[in-house]
Amino acid sequence: MKWFDYAAPRTLAEAVGLLAAQPGALALAGGTDLLVQMRSGRKSTHLLVDVKHVPEMNELSFDSTRGLTLGAAVPCCRIFEDRAVARVYPALAEVAALIGGTQIQSRASIGGNLCNAAPSADSIPVLIAYSATCTVAGPAGLRRIPAEEFCTAPGRTVLQPGEVLTGLHLPPPPARFGARYLRFIPRNEMDIAVAGAAVSVALDNGAIRAARIALAAVAPTPLLVHEAGVALAGRPVSEETVQAAAEMARAAAQPITDMRGTADYRRHLCAVLTRRALETAIARAREGK
Amino acid sequence: MQTKVRVHTTVNGEPAEFLCEPRQSLLECLRDILGLTGAKEGCNDGNCGACTVILDGRPVNSCLVLGVEAEGRTILTIEGVARGNTLHPLQQAFLEQAALQCGVCTPGFIVAAKALLEAEPDPSEARIRQYLANNLCRCTGYDKIVRAVQQAARMLQGVEA
Repeated sequence: MKWFDYAAPRTLAEAVGLLAAQPGALALAGGTDLLVQMRSGRKSTHLLVDVKHVPEMNELSFDSTRGLTLGAAVPCCRIFEDRAVARVYPALAEVAALIGGTQIQSRASIGGNLCNAAPSADSIPVLIAYSATCTVAGPAGLRRIPAEEFCTAPGRTVLQPGEVLTGLHLPPPPARFGARYLRFIPRNEMDIAVAGAAVSVALDNGAIRAARIALAAVAPTPLLVHEAGVALAGRPVSEETVQAAAEMARAAAQPITDMRGTADYRRHLCAVLTRRALETAIARAREGK
Repeated sequence: MQTKVRVHTTVNGEPAEFLCEPRQSLLECLRDILGLTGAKEGCNDGNCGACTVILDGRPVNSCLVLGVEAEGRTILTIEGVARGNTLHPLQQAFLEQAALQCGVCTPGFIVAAKALLEAEPDPSEARIRQYLANNLCRCTGYDKIVRAVQQAARMLQGVEA
């Protein structure tokens, strides 16, 4: 790695000040992607700003009226060990336990997964399904962005020079709500999704009141299948509805063929994973989970 | 201005201070500055787990931690696992089960397994395999490694000496 300086600011203002004053400075959270990219030469900087000592970046708190506040640097292990997250946002707890392995989960954060903006990122479809918003701090103050608009291309985000993601906000789930993320990988752990699907659903008297479907690894960015949510609203919970959702996911996918799978195979996976994730999300909504 | 940074840590129960470049990984600092060569460099990108140490109670890949990030923190390496000349039950069990061939992955496996057994004293076989998925053994001795962790769990619970 090329030489860089290291700063560990204690306040958000100090962190933003450093990032804004030094063009090319990079924010460091868990480092499980960034340090690998710097070592390989894909990224370089003269200043690494470690944001793990900034209080906002470490916040993990749930309030039944305000929802979940998840600091951008909170490691995955804190998320899946948190009782409120496991109870109220089980699909988030599950994905935090799915990324990398144990050692990676001790360090990697959901905020970092989002900023790394990999098309295959497991947690981003989950954030989209939970209607998360991203809080960004910069020289001009704070702004909020829906999770589905955060990534703009592989490895690229809406963050402008001097800006940093401080955290995520997940609204409190409505009544009879459920969510689930499923991915396909050839082995059991420690792999990158060939395709993934996150689904959330809110039920109302045997019908779907609202639904969100988001896909991983089948487009340049994590993909919200907006039309599926619109089409599902008001439909009865049935085998036909689930199959229709699966077909809409298949149609929305824009996959490429690479070493992990062909485009056709990925489209097929989108349908299968969406159907299975929706079935579990519906079951969870009925159980009130 | 390229200045080295003085870092104050606790390593294996003792205060340890070192001077490092910000770009040096914790693994490099442990091995090349502090002379603790038990943690191994395998892949140097977080896949193989040979460099696993416990940082403030959590197992981490020390290749993906900067030395400067260790300021004020507590580190346990494989060198701190035995008590003097008395092997830790995991070390004893790895020997008895012959859970190693070349041995490069062994320090990482033992440190990661120690973190597991401290958090979950009686894990299932499936849980052991899942928890240790971030540790690779290219001699492919996984079955023996899992059996060693199971034996150590029994030893630590006093079921078996």
